[in-house]
Amino acid sequence: MRFTYLAVLAGCLLATLPLELFLRARVYARWRRWLLALAPAFVVFVAWDLYAISRGQWFFDPAQTVGVVLPGGIPLEEVLFFLVVPTCALLAFEAVRRVTCR
Amino acid sequence: MSYTALALLGVAGALVVDLAVLRTRLVLSRVFWTTYGIILFFQLITNGILTGRGVVTYDPSTIVGLRIVYAPVEDLLFGFALILLTLTVWVWQERPRYRRTSGPDGASVRPARGRGSPRT
Repeated sequence: MRFTYLAVLAGCLLATLPLELFLRARVYARWRRWLLALAPAFVVFVAWDLYAISRGQWFFDPAQTVGVVLPGGIPLEEVLFFLVVPTCALLAFEAVRRVTCR
Repeated sequence: MSYTALALLGVAGALVVDLAVLRTRLVLSRVFWTTYGIILFFQLITNGILTGRGVVTYDPSTIVGLRIVYAPVEDLLFGFALILLTLTVWVWQERPRYRRTSGPDGASVRPARGRGSPRT
């Protein structure tokens, strides 16, 4: 299934969306701060990923990814991973703060 | 460097940023560990799908071989570093900017605005 990896990422975003909408995590709402929080880790971890790919430390199944491979041999989904997972973490963090009243 | 070594380095780096560089001290807070516990649960599910179905495979010589729900244990360190670094930068942005703030020691006192202070 070409969409396995993409579906997992979409599932993460969908599952955490209620935290923004109903628990008022206000991560997407503070979009500048959101993007700034993602930026350093994105740079570091994409670089790490490219290194690991170049050294053959891990491989991605072409049959389970959509087939968009970016320079360095990194699949599109793997790049999106470093945007989606940190976003889910921020939503979870703010939700925990809301629930525990800081 | 092996994935194992890089993963340990990643965790150390994130801890240094949290505790010494940006001084957000998230790893000393309860809210961080509560959040991490929740994330870890979902990471085991999603990581388990990705590694269990073979979306991602690893060179056996670059990992120690200990696996949790199909995923190499290094993935947990990788995820921890990713999340800690992100949350650190997020919380760091809550610091009062351009205002005199006395930190826990004199070194973190920021000069008032407009004095050509180094941007952080």
